Amino acid sequence: MDTTEIIVLLGGMASIGFVGWFFFMAPHQVATAVSSSSGVQQVDIMVKGGYSPNVIEVEKDKPVQLNFYRDEDNSCSEELLLPDFQIRRELAPFQTTAVELLPRQAGTFEFTCGMHMLRGQLVVK
Amino acid sequence: MNTTSAPSPSQVPTPGEPANLPPNTTTETTTLNIEGMTCASCSNFVERALSRTPGVQRATVNLASEKATVEFLPTQIDKAGLRAAVEQAGYAVHEPVAAGVLGSDEELAQRKAAAYRKLLRRFWVAVALAAIIMPLSMVMLWPALMQRVSMPVLNYVQLLLTLPVLLYSGREFYVSAWNGLRHRTASMDTLIAVGTGAAFLYSLAATLIPNWFMRQGLMPEVYYDTTATIIALILLGKVLESRAKQRTSAAIRALMDLQAKTARVVRHGQEVDIPIEEVRLNDIVLVRPGEKVATDGVITEGRSALDEAMLTGESLPVEKKVGDPVFGATLNKTGSFRFQVTKVGHETMLAQIVKLVEEAQGSRAPIQRLADKVSAVFVPIVVMIAIATFVVWFLAAPEATRLPLALVNFVAVLIIACPCALGLATPTAIMVGTGKGAEHGVLIRNAEALEKAYQVNTVLLDKTGTITRGEPAVTDFIPLNLPPSTDQASVLAMLTALERQSEHPLAEAVVRYADAQGVASLLAADFQAYEGRGAGATVEGQRVLIGNRRLLEEHNVLLTPASTEAADRLLDEAKTVLYAAIGGQIVALFGVADTVRETSAAAIRELQRQGLEVVMMTGDNQQTAAKVAQQVGITRFFAEVLPQDKASKVKALQAEGRIVAMVGDGINDAPALAQADLGLAMGGGTDVAMEAAGITLMRSDLNGVVTALRLSRQTMRTIRQNLFFAFVYNTLGIPIAAGLLYPFTGWLLSPMLAAAAMALSSVSVLTNSLRLRAAKV
Repeated sequence: MDTTEIIVLLGGMASIGFVGWFFFMAPHQVATAVSSSSGVQQVDIMVKGGYSPNVIEVEKDKPVQLNFYRDEDNSCSEELLLPDFQIRRELAPFQTTAVELLPRQAGTFEFTCGMHMLRGQLVVK
Repeated sequence: MNTTSAPSPSQVPTPGEPANLPPNTTTETTTLNIEGMTCASCSNFVERALSRTPGVQRATVNLASEKATVEFLPTQIDKAGLRAAVEQAGYAVHEPVAAGVLGSDEELAQRKAAAYRKLLRRFWVAVALAAIIMPLSMVMLWPALMQRVSMPVLNYVQLLLTLPVLLYSGREFYVSAWNGLRHRTASMDTLIAVGTGAAFLYSLAATLIPNWFMRQGLMPEVYYDTTATIIALILLGKVLESRAKQRTSAAIRALMDLQAKTARVVRHGQEVDIPIEEVRLNDIVLVRPGEKVATDGVITEGRSALDEAMLTGESLPVEKKVGDPVFGATLNKTGSFRFQVTKVGHETMLAQIVKLVEEAQGSRAPIQRLADKVSAVFVPIVVMIAIATFVVWFLAAPEATRLPLALVNFVAVLIIACPCALGLATPTAIMVGTGKGAEHGVLIRNAEALEKAYQVNTVLLDKTGTITRGEPAVTDFIPLNLPPSTDQASVLAMLTALERQSEHPLAEAVVRYADAQGVASLLAADFQAYEGRGAGATVEGQRVLIGNRRLLEEHNVLLTPASTEAADRLLDEAKTVLYAAIGGQIVALFGVADTVRETSAAAIRELQRQGLEVVMMTGDNQQTAAKVAQQVGITRFFAEVLPQDKASKVKALQAEGRIVAMVGDGINDAPALAQADLGLAMGGGTDVAMEAAGITLMRSDLNGVVTALRLSRQTMRTIRQNLFFAFVYNTLGIPIAAGLLYPFTGWLLSPMLAAAAMALSSVSVLTNSLRLRAAKV
């Protein structure tokens, strides 16, 4: 094994480790919904290559309004799925789409893009 | 613009006290879609402008949702006035096409069309340039030609041609991948960006510093053709995908397009055509032959036959008369009529169907879960596999070719592994399946119901209202010793004159029967109802009685042996017997029974032919139950089941290990529908029925059950095929791309072939889903 080969081997192993750490150990951006005086819990979510914040905490039995602002026009994020609430919504690029729902059960519910690549969680407490 | 009389839950009071209201003043709340606001101060400005408008009680503007919620006094200002106030403040009010739920779709469609045109442009640029780059790169294959062309010049020319492909056609992939990386998420764009990016950067280095490569003993080979072709092929996949995707939601669009745009309303004694959004509750709407019914209501004048196929899937026109409900989007065939509006906007049947179908399309089928889990970790794992492929090839290949081979295989793995097919497999099939169901009057509540329907092996039918019509009908009219100088028709006419006065369901059955025979209309006087026994009246000077045996006995009417014999025969057939007397003489008997629908027997046979066991359940006695069961070809039935025990019968079948679909008419059957693995509510349209059941059949006909079960099987088969396609492409594609077959066969997958396969995988999945549209249900 020559030097180049050793470099490539070690570099490859390091890259694999880095990719695993980078994607699987990504920290969550948690946000708690802000209740308006009428009791609607609102959260603004930016959609650009992912959702930020990607963990939304809300209270049970209070209406929730998730305002998704899609700051890009590539096709990956054009659809939003909240299967537990039977919601499929098209997010228009560079616009805010309000998604309203009423969480009646506590738990963690996933929201994803149309192909389940971009992911976020709605935590109902 | 949606108007409700109650404040909406999202309404937020504005600062400042509302003006003192005069007593009995009701306010209305409306939502306006505001356009043109870019910042918080804009929304404050609009809010202030609205709050200061006379007649406005409160106004709240939400910047994020671009909506203003306004509570106003309809006596002082109307929606046009509110719009004027917003426009005066320098902003626009966006009016969705058609009221509420069916609105704002056109705008979205326009945006999509624009995006599609852009995609097409990017695709053609990539194709045109790739078509030039390809032959240029092949020059190397002809040594004779190579000697005449300068390699560095050729490389620079290819570089210049590739740059627009990368920066214009493929820009989205890189931007999206970069955005994803900042969020530490990876999507299909990441794979494309890393794959083509690596090929390009290697080529760029070979173009700019060829001497360095030669010093390493490497030919400074370039892969511009690979880069450009991959981008062109993936864009081809996207073009095809986008076209197919539009067709998957065609059913919903078709439903929405059904809505009438205008209505002819009677206002101040005049008929005026107004846009559908301005139709109010209790308006009287005129419908002429060949016109669409504008919204839901009840006929107040006239009669007609309506084609309701768009809502119920029933192809035969339905007769409607005064008092019957009509639904928006249905087609008036023959007569003219007027109806009073009972529902508008979101409340209409069409809007509810659209909403239900949309919700079903947003739900997740349990079968999807695995694909979801896989796609969540897919991209990072593929990147790791690609790196490992690079390393292994670099270590194993001969020194002179190790770098290009490692690079080519690295790119091939990234490109072939794109998981879009996996993501599209289930949702597209469900979209097509639920849309097709809606076209046939089968409303599927969610994807889970669709999947359950596929597993069902036992169908439990509630007798009344499902197998039978659920309303009594005269099955036998037996005239007995008719009075002199009368015939059967005149006797029936006299009896009917009495029954027209009665509200009893059995009397209605007699009237329906007589009307169908076309009897003369006579007048009845001195009508009297005898509680639990029947009724009497004077018709043409004679006393007429219809009721049970006791009624006649109480009035001293003698029963003849012939009448007793005929009555016994009817009772044997489990029918209700009505005795009729004129002038103290018994003249006729009616046999009344809940009749089996014409379609029931054939539908049950079809279910049995599909290998399902059909079981009947009824509150009737053993004898009646046996009779009906025999008529429709059912061998197993439960008789004398009380309404509260229906759910336990479902449980009993489930305890036998059966997967039970329960079919009921959705009112007293709700607990049983909920207990069953799959509930099918029939003749639906009511909210209760839709809530309780997984599937709602708009048509009162067991054929709907056949359609629903067949559709679910076809959809599930499509999903399975799709998942197979998707997994095959990825699981077989990755090892081949990584070069696993190379030691045995010498096969390597060119990155360009990988790109073609990738593009084909999602297209084949979509095409397979679209095949469902042509399937027979």
